[in-house]
Amino acid sequence: MSGYLLAILALAALVMHFVGSARARATQNGASEKTHSRPIYHGLNAAIWTGVPAFIFLLLWLAGQNSVINQLVVASFPGSESLDATTRSLIMSEVRQVAAGNIFKEPTPEIQAAVTHLKSLQQISAIAMVAVIAALMAIGAFLGYKVIGNRFRARHSVERSVTYFMMFSSLVAIVTTLGIIASLVFEALQFFAKVPITEFLFGLRWEPQIAIRADQVAGQGAFGVIPVLFGTFVISLISMIVAVPTGILSAIYLTEYADKRFRAVIKPLLEILAGVPTVVYGFFAVLTVAPAVRSLGISLGIESSPNSALAAGAVMGVMIIPFISSLSDDALAAVPTAMREGSFALGATKGETIRKVLLPAALPGIVGGVLLALSRAVGETMIVVMAAGLIAKMTVNPFDAVTTVTVQIVTLLIGDSEFDNPKTLAAFALGLILFIVTLILNLIALRTVRKYREKY
Amino acid sequence: MSSAALTDTVSAAGVDWHSDEMKARRRARYASDRRLQIYGIIAITFALGFLAILVGSLTFTGYTAFTQTVATIEIDLSTAKVDPANIGEADWRGIVRGALRAQVPEMRRSDERKFFEMFTSSAPFLVRDAVVDDPGRLTGKSSFTIPMADPVDQLAKGAISRDIPENQRRINDKQIGMYDQLVANGVISKPFNWGLFFNADSRFPELAGLAGAISGSFWSLLVCFVISFPIGIAAAIYLEEFAPKNRFTDLIEVNINNLAAVPSVVFGLLGLAVFLGWLGLPRSAPLVGGFVLALMTLPTLIIVTRVSLKSVPSSIREAALGVGASKHEAIFHHILPLAMPTVMTGSIISLARALGETAPLLLIGMNAFITSPPEGVFAASTALPTQIYIWADSPERGFVSRTSAAILVLLAFLVLMNGIAIFLRQRFERRW
Repeated sequence: MSGYLLAILALAALVMHFVGSARARATQNGASEKTHSRPIYHGLNAAIWTGVPAFIFLLLWLAGQNSVINQLVVASFPGSESLDATTRSLIMSEVRQVAAGNIFKEPTPEIQAAVTHLKSLQQISAIAMVAVIAALMAIGAFLGYKVIGNRFRARHSVERSVTYFMMFSSLVAIVTTLGIIASLVFEALQFFAKVPITEFLFGLRWEPQIAIRADQVAGQGAFGVIPVLFGTFVISLISMIVAVPTGILSAIYLTEYADKRFRAVIKPLLEILAGVPTVVYGFFAVLTVAPAVRSLGISLGIESSPNSALAAGAVMGVMIIPFISSLSDDALAAVPTAMREGSFALGATKGETIRKVLLPAALPGIVGGVLLALSRAVGETMIVVMAAGLIAKMTVNPFDAVTTVTVQIVTLLIGDSEFDNPKTLAAFALGLILFIVTLILNLIALRTVRKYREKY
Repeated sequence: MSSAALTDTVSAAGVDWHSDEMKARRRARYASDRRLQIYGIIAITFALGFLAILVGSLTFTGYTAFTQTVATIEIDLSTAKVDPANIGEADWRGIVRGALRAQVPEMRRSDERKFFEMFTSSAPFLVRDAVVDDPGRLTGKSSFTIPMADPVDQLAKGAISRDIPENQRRINDKQIGMYDQLVANGVISKPFNWGLFFNADSRFPELAGLAGAISGSFWSLLVCFVISFPIGIAAAIYLEEFAPKNRFTDLIEVNINNLAAVPSVVFGLLGLAVFLGWLGLPRSAPLVGGFVLALMTLPTLIIVTRVSLKSVPSSIREAALGVGASKHEAIFHHILPLAMPTVMTGSIISLARALGETAPLLLIGMNAFITSPPEGVFAASTALPTQIYIWADSPERGFVSRTSAAILVLLAFLVLMNGIAIFLRQRFERRW
């Protein structure tokens, strides 16, 4: 339905473009005075006036109609004033199911009435939408056609529209950030209404699965986030232990020692590691790395779990190598040649120059890169979802299973989207923590990298 | 070798550079230089070795899923009492079982159940659908291809060894005997597994395919591209060419850089709360997946576009303005077309990233079990990476190799997209 409307809109705009430019051409041919805009701008202007207002209206209508219809239907439901939000949404979803033809049990007469009401409202809404859009299109087309003339500054009008579109586009990023913050904070506040924020932040037990079966357990501190954060820290630490030395050493070799041909082949190969989807790493960690790590742990006589922190962390570390490598690469390349040559002139070997001159000079850039990589490791999801554990344990044994923030978010939300139980809301509270932590890391990292760039 | 030692040697006059002590020092210094080189080589070898093992092990486990063990069975439908007007209602189970039974005439009745288990349990439906498609088959003998069930498939591919004790394998000695008989009859073959590409998901590995996932990914990426491409370019042009330099545009800039580093799972939470919760869009729909992916790719796209706009020399702009073009005309007629190859490269690479993105799609429910490919952006579907996740979680042995095969398919798409991007860059990009 809305697809057809969109197609009709596009078609109408296209037609108006040709009609408009044809008319502009006709008026210009017989004109004695100079014309301001070329015919194509008159056509474009007519097309924009025809299509854009109607298109914006269509989007707004589609975004708003469901909630309005829902409210009207629930309001007409007998005794709806006394119902709470949960029952309302339950009734609404049942009404929609029945209206869509998925009848699981014989609906009650009230539901039947609501379904009839819903269907009539939907029909009214559709007719109203088509009518308003047709009217908007007609008015726009009429004005756009009428206004064509030699004095009309069609180019300015078109350019203004384009500028508005560009301004709107540049706001999308801000709106996205606001949307993220709003949705996380909104849902997290609802969660903190059920579980006190102090218990969430300082609790030492994380057992969300118990809380769905008996809500009162939630009050006993089963939503303590400390063990989850601890697990995230352990896995990120392991991944950094793998990635930082490997990344920096390979960057040193590639920038300082390797010849051009070697570098031209090896660098893109390293970058592939960053391009492999994380779900692939996750599967590889489960299939190959985890069993190997486990048998290693058993042969060392350490208690080992099939989904160890070491396997997940190590694979994640490999994924991060290219980030650290390429950022260190940039940092090393940005060190002025004068410093390097000065060191050589004093008789230092290449290795001494690198260790005594280049690395200290490039350190801020490298640290920035490491922080960015750390933020990636903290936010990385699929590898840990597939390879790390589900049970929150405070252990530093890398062969044992730990869980992370992202694992908990995904497991809490998969297959369950009721917005009112603490289990679902807890995921948003975790998301808020994740967002804040990564935001801080990113801000520090970006600032360090930028400052460093300005220095040289 | 410390800096103190260095200055000592420099400042001390009359050092005998050929003394043994000095020779040893030089050797030590060169050795440490070499050590650093060796560490670098070890680091690179480790990273690339890991990549090789990754690709190698996936290929090794995945290549078997590109063939499927099938039985080609002749069925004579002219004798079966099938009503041509109502093909679906016939006793297809009985017909297929009769035809299968004829392959092993001397089988005891008590073994029949085990025997039928060796074929995919959907065999009657496959035969029925084939006949519905071509009712001409009702008149005489025709052959039907029936995939073997997972344990038999594994046996045929050598993944289940005949040497391990009977109680530890999922196929017993009698079934192996019957399988050998089928092989002797010449009905077993291992053709290329087209079902992997043209079937939708299924609980049974032998029938599961990627059609739903591939089309789901296609629709999501289409939505993602349609939204993020124009908006990304428009935003980049505005920020690069029009925006005044003030606090607000600084904020936008910092914000875009930060957004590019926000974990993808957070975008999933955004999609869940806003698109599913507040706007009431359908769960598991490629439309919502596309929205979320578009929001994720936008920051990268804006950054790439800005860089490419910046790299166009200002003489082009000045020449355009000089002959009387408006600012918009200079940008849209001259600068943007010159920047376009880089922008296209960047957007293809970001689309490739979006194709591999899993976590946000999981949160908006694109990990549902759906047995038919989606017919549009509103129908529930999976995507390639989420399909991989679902299969990786499935216990059947056959799904291990299918998961690897799905990963190989995904990687092939990624290689293809990146290849196109590299081709575009090398063919059309200008260096100034």
